[in-house]
Amino acid sequence: MNLANFPFSPPAASNFAGEMDTLFYAILALSTVFAVVTFAYVIFYAIKYRAGSSADRSSPVYENMKLELIWIGFPTILAIIFFVWGAKVYADLRIPPKDAKEIYVVGKQWMWHIQHPNGVRENNTLHVPIDTDIKLTMIAQDVIHAFYIPAFRTQFMVVPGRYTQMWFRPTMIGKFHLFCNMYCGAQHSEMGGSVIVMSKRDYAEWLANNGSMRQNLTPIQAGEKLFSKIGCGNCHGPADLPPRSPSLFGLYNKTREMDNGQKFVADETYIRESILRPGEKLLKGYANTMPMYDKQLTEDEVMALIAFIKGGAVPSLPASNIAASVPGHEAQVNGKAGLNSNALEFNAEGADATPTSRGKDLSVGAMAAEKGDQKR
Amino acid sequence: MSTTVTTPIGSGEAAPGPRLNYLTNGHSLKSWLLTEDHKRIAILYLISVSFFFMLGGAFAGMIRYELTSPAGNVFESDAYNRIFTAHGAIMVFLFLLVAVPAVLGNFLVPLMIGARDLAFPRINLLSWYLYTAAGSLILISCISGGVDAGWTFYTPYSSLYSNSNVSLCLVGVFLGGFSSITTGVNFIATVHRMRAPGMTWFRLPLFVWAQYATGIIMMLGTPVVAITLLCVIFERTFQLPIFSPELGGDPVLFQHMFWFYSHPAVYIMVLPSFGVISEVISAFSRKRVFGYHFVAFSSLAIAFLGFLVWGHHMFVTSQSMYQGVAFSLVTFLLAVPSAIKIFNWTATMAKGNIHLNSPMIYAIGFMGLFLIGGLTGLFLAAMGMDVHLTATYFIVAHFHYVMVGGTVMGFLAGLHFWWPKMTGKLFNDNIAKWNAIVVFLGFNLTFFPQFIAGWMGMPRRYHYYYFAPEFQIYNILSTMGATVLGIGFVIPVIYLIKSLFTGAQAGDNPWGAHGLEWQTTSPPPTENFYYSPIITDDVYDYDPVAEHEAIRELGANRQH
Repeated sequence: MNLANFPFSPPAASNFAGEMDTLFYAILALSTVFAVVTFAYVIFYAIKYRAGSSADRSSPVYENMKLELIWIGFPTILAIIFFVWGAKVYADLRIPPKDAKEIYVVGKQWMWHIQHPNGVRENNTLHVPIDTDIKLTMIAQDVIHAFYIPAFRTQFMVVPGRYTQMWFRPTMIGKFHLFCNMYCGAQHSEMGGSVIVMSKRDYAEWLANNGSMRQNLTPIQAGEKLFSKIGCGNCHGPADLPPRSPSLFGLYNKTREMDNGQKFVADETYIRESILRPGEKLLKGYANTMPMYDKQLTEDEVMALIAFIKGGAVPSLPASNIAASVPGHEAQVNGKAGLNSNALEFNAEGADATPTSRGKDLSVGAMAAEKGDQKR
Repeated sequence: MSTTVTTPIGSGEAAPGPRLNYLTNGHSLKSWLLTEDHKRIAILYLISVSFFFMLGGAFAGMIRYELTSPAGNVFESDAYNRIFTAHGAIMVFLFLLVAVPAVLGNFLVPLMIGARDLAFPRINLLSWYLYTAAGSLILISCISGGVDAGWTFYTPYSSLYSNSNVSLCLVGVFLGGFSSITTGVNFIATVHRMRAPGMTWFRLPLFVWAQYATGIIMMLGTPVVAITLLCVIFERTFQLPIFSPELGGDPVLFQHMFWFYSHPAVYIMVLPSFGVISEVISAFSRKRVFGYHFVAFSSLAIAFLGFLVWGHHMFVTSQSMYQGVAFSLVTFLLAVPSAIKIFNWTATMAKGNIHLNSPMIYAIGFMGLFLIGGLTGLFLAAMGMDVHLTATYFIVAHFHYVMVGGTVMGFLAGLHFWWPKMTGKLFNDNIAKWNAIVVFLGFNLTFFPQFIAGWMGMPRRYHYYYFAPEFQIYNILSTMGATVLGIGFVIPVIYLIKSLFTGAQAGDNPWGAHGLEWQTTSPPPTENFYYSPIITDDVYDYDPVAEHEAIRELGANRQH
């Protein structure tokens, strides 16, 4: 058995992880002792005093004030100790340092809009520098959401009509889960993405490039970006998932058997047809669940996608992260009568590691104005 | 009574003869549906809550099956959201809040205090009809189109954004609330006014104390949630600005009002079970409950403090930090009365004569599960810790330990304990004992892995988790456990129903328990007692020493 398959704790990537984990393991130790000792007594008595056993039962006790006071007093004292400890950690979590760097977050069904101080914007991915106090000022456009980063051990609700705040100081470079942790409707589980902690230098460079990490994209890179942007990776991951979605890894030039027994080689024409009209040639064992992209993509975009698939369709980022970057895109497409270019543009604002800049002005309020045409 | 020797199960006394009992007193459908007999109403409730428990369980099975795969197996997210809402709404409003008070409480409170019936028999029948109406509306709303707001109905999602049958479901919950209020009022009036001569307050069985405390919560808390849900209906229907900021309302206000009821509601669910456990542990240890007064008053303390902790559900909303501190402190203090109960039950077993029949095994299982459920509450009461754990699977596991480990185990313990009294028949105690162990193990396998998943950060109400495949192993373990647990819930249905047809006659007191309900026939006559009981002995007047001697003598005689 490989223990790596049984992770027991989330990564510890912020200043809170240390004190939080100490508190957690302290309560865990106390509870374990308490539960084990009490339950051991229950079992021990059940065996020792089972009917017919020869255990001594003389002078049974029915009331004992001293005992009662001990087991009222002792838990009360422990409770107050842990109350104070818990409140201390809570105060640390709630009171941000004065000079914390402020980032704005807007939550809406079902994505996160994030805006950095210099105006760089990104969706569903939050880039932050390591060892820097970050304060998030958050508001929701529609229903209540919650901004939750397990690796940072912190979350806070994002409420419509009022601003809420949370803060943290990342302490580990890497990519961590970002979840919406307040049920917010159909695609709640896909309203997430990642938090990317970078070195201070990388972050400064990233900001200076308006959030773009790549300047001139090769067709494969452009295809990957688009693949991520329109959410292909939501379904097409590393593994075949019949009847929903075959993997596209290494698809190019393979022979594919169709539902009716016909066989085709997966060349450019086949791939193009399968993107634009997926129902035409259905792979054996799969249902016709993919939306049609006919008239939704430009020829350039289709060529870029094909280039990416020809290149192996293996994302340069782990597949699961790519998938997470455009939450629920497929369902959005399904739910909308006739996907138009606006819908793609809407997503184009988002898209994982290559966020776009919309100028330097802070406009949290302005984002709220978009609500009208995006409320479904 | 004090020298009663156990009659071992199976060697039942002779049949009580052809006297009419409450079951045989009238066979027409009308005699059941218009009955004012608290025992028949309890049976009506038993049938209804069992139906809804099975239904809610079926929804739970769908959830568990769906979650074995990170990208889902069968459903779309929309369907999944409706399924977990149906599971939550049915289990909470139609089973957990109702099961122990309305089935066991209805049946036993008058018997235990020596009364002929509850104080308001017709209101009691009304409460069942309100419950049935509530159940029908919730069922219709969940099946025809479904409800996707979650059983907590957080605004503004439930009031403005959800396109599902929220209003219909809320009307159902609203009616169910009135059923709850009428039951609570009835219990309080009954305990105050209908005790038999000699049944002083401190001779009341702890089960009655627990029902009394529950009645107080039902009466004081339920109107608040009824108003709150009505407000949601008004906002949905007439755009009345209450909760939604778009209209000028406050979304967090809903959470305050909702949890003002719904946290005490947790105690509506578990307090009656505490009462059951006190009875069962005492009866099967043949010993008076240790620290009777402390156990009795801890129920009232829980009922009182339970109203002062609602804010601990909202540490990460925009509630003031200082407000949160107060709620956290009271929450920690609330752990103490629960601890008192657990300690006193354990001490009750010391120097008893412990008979490990099925109700006792269920009660021991209850103690194990409730210990874990209660102690994990400490993680969530510690405010800082709660910030990381709230709304994750840690919460899901915690409240299932409390509600399933507490309420359902207590209900099963009580149902097994009083089944011979309710039906006059004995069930197969051996199968029941093993089944209790199956339920205990299956339960732990289902919900313990969810603690780890929650600590790792898996949010509740997530349909997909393909972006975090590390959660899968815990979901698979959980589903395996749910399978075992499901089997453990089906088997009792089989052997209990079988006992109705083939079970031996139970006799008046098959367990050798002390208590007024065991002094009448099984099943009891419609008027409960053939004579007006006058109570002269103390509650739980067992004598473990004498019984021990008697058993040893019996054993010694057998050897000769």
